[in-house]
Amino acid sequence: MRTIRFLLQKEFRQILRNKTIRMMIFVMPVVQLILIPLAADYEVKNINLAVTDHDHSAYSRQLISKITASGYFRLTGYNNSFKESFAFIESDRADLVLEIPARFEKDIIRENEAKVFVAVNAINGTKASLGGAYIGNIIRDYNNEVRAKLVPVTRFNPVPAVEVTSSNWFNVHMNYHVFMVPGILAILVTMVGGFLSALNIVKEKEAGTIEQINVTPIKKYHFIIGKLIPFWVLGNIIFSIGMLIAWLVYGIVPVGNLLVLYACVSVYLLAILGFGLLISTFCDTQQQAMLIMFFFMMIFILMGGLYTSIDSMPGWAKIISQFNPATYLIEVIRMVVLKGSGLKDVLPHIIKLGLFAIVLNTWAVFNYRKTT
Amino acid sequence: MFSVTVNDITKVYGKEKLVAVDRVSFSVNKGELFGLIGPDGAGKTSIFRMLTTLLLPDSGSATVNGYDIVKDYRLIRNTVGYMPGKFSLYQDLTVEENLHFFATVFGTGIQENYQLIKDIYVQIEPFKNRRAGKLSGGMKQKLALCCALIHKPTVLFLDEPTTGVDPVSRKEFWEMLKRLKAQGISIVVSTPYMDEADLCDRIALIQAGKILSVETPENIKAGYGDTLFAVKSANMYRLLETLKNYDKALSSYAFGEYAHVSLNDNKIHAGDIKQFLAGRNIQEAEVIPAAVTIEDCFIKFLKN
Repeated sequence: MRTIRFLLQKEFRQILRNKTIRMMIFVMPVVQLILIPLAADYEVKNINLAVTDHDHSAYSRQLISKITASGYFRLTGYNNSFKESFAFIESDRADLVLEIPARFEKDIIRENEAKVFVAVNAINGTKASLGGAYIGNIIRDYNNEVRAKLVPVTRFNPVPAVEVTSSNWFNVHMNYHVFMVPGILAILVTMVGGFLSALNIVKEKEAGTIEQINVTPIKKYHFIIGKLIPFWVLGNIIFSIGMLIAWLVYGIVPVGNLLVLYACVSVYLLAILGFGLLISTFCDTQQQAMLIMFFFMMIFILMGGLYTSIDSMPGWAKIISQFNPATYLIEVIRMVVLKGSGLKDVLPHIIKLGLFAIVLNTWAVFNYRKTT
Repeated sequence: MFSVTVNDITKVYGKEKLVAVDRVSFSVNKGELFGLIGPDGAGKTSIFRMLTTLLLPDSGSATVNGYDIVKDYRLIRNTVGYMPGKFSLYQDLTVEENLHFFATVFGTGIQENYQLIKDIYVQIEPFKNRRAGKLSGGMKQKLALCCALIHKPTVLFLDEPTTGVDPVSRKEFWEMLKRLKAQGISIVVSTPYMDEADLCDRIALIQAGKILSVETPENIKAGYGDTLFAVKSANMYRLLETLKNYDKALSSYAFGEYAHVSLNDNKIHAGDIKQFLAGRNIQEAEVIPAAVTIEDCFIKFLKN
């Protein structure tokens, strides 16, 4: 115990004496939490639309004005042929082409049925799928209006119809900040824990101080614990600062219990610190450690469900994301902050994170050799 | 009673099977100042790292304080002090913090063994609040020695402690070692400087992983056997080139401001060499009998 106390004293002294680390503790959460959520907005606006109207009727004009009035679309071209409109897509002036055939109005009135053609530029996948969906919705809406006008209202609808209405739970206005901020909190904790711990031991290797430590009676686990605790504390501090910013800037207050949140972050930190330590035992220079850590960080972040929902990943990717500790933390923070999940709901996550912590740290201790 | 015994220890590095230490054997008596003398790359550091339990030997055995370096490595770590060749204290901690830290990891404090380091520590005490990284080279060595001594080790391993240190500090450093020896601490020190060999009780001359000789400096010098002359002239380069053609000489080489010429014929006098040089158009050469140094012995060992 005494040894650990002195090791901790030394570590804290070194960390707090390091100007860069001291600054990053505050700058990192502030900048990341303010910049990223504001930039990461999935709502697609200003979709450029080129229209080819062969009909030039009251109905077609009505449809076009309904689409442009929605606010999502910007009419950039009104052409006479599809070819012209397609040129707009080719020159990137339009993301979507709507082609209204001749006899559109007549067909609706006479045949009770008309067709329009929508072509989407799928180079930007998100914009394409959302734009297609938006325009589909608007056309459906338009369809209902027309029908209400043309088909006399009978008591019983001749065509059975299922109408879908949806309401957004836990994030009523589908505000992306509310969704992104908890995820970025998780990333913050991951970055701090992973990088600082990995670089720290390697730094001792580079400076040769580890040789000096190795000839002392300090035990392996003393040394590892002495490295774990300071960064564990640091991780919690950064998380707290992040929570504070989430509240001050975005007004996000966790619906659930703060203690549950901290319990989970604490276990998660042990896991990710263990991972950092493990990497440091394999590396001899800070450069190596940095590269390897960066490789894993990218996977952790991009496959952790922060940007892309894990549910929409292919099966093999889902399996990989199960071995990604960040997945669990991102999920838990979102669950607790947005939904107010209790300890019982997140317990499976905590247990899995605990397993990560045990495996990674044991491996790190095992792999840290005092003798070569 | 031996403080350190080394029996046929061998270390081979990497896939290239680079033999760094080749069946090395020697022993260090208790309270002895033992020097490992050899050029860079001779295997000195590898021997130190094996004796301080940082490196496992590929074959052979060694003991420190009677403990086996492989089996009883824990016990060894409690009782030895190691000062690596490269400064390896925490540069971002102050002098005092470093000392305090290394005292505490051995479960002791600065006060307990202050007596041992007092002579050295008083010299760096004025800078005790300075970060170790900001100290001068000599100060760093003094601090490193303090840190290696703070737990009162019975054997002290110093790997090239005077490399890169100015001549005055080097002299001071050896004075400190003598005082430590007087306190009963066995000291194993390595150095590439042959002139420091005379300051050791016994030395092991080492080259390319092999021990050439283990003796007291006096005995090594006494065993030199050949006659040695120091020669000097205005044009040293020409002198050295000319001496190479002197068929009576065993060897000749630059030695400081002189050239050393060794001969195994004790009937040859300074005048004979002068005569030879005069015949080769080198006039007014100064030829004096030279005292044998460890370096001369080392060069002779290498020749054989």
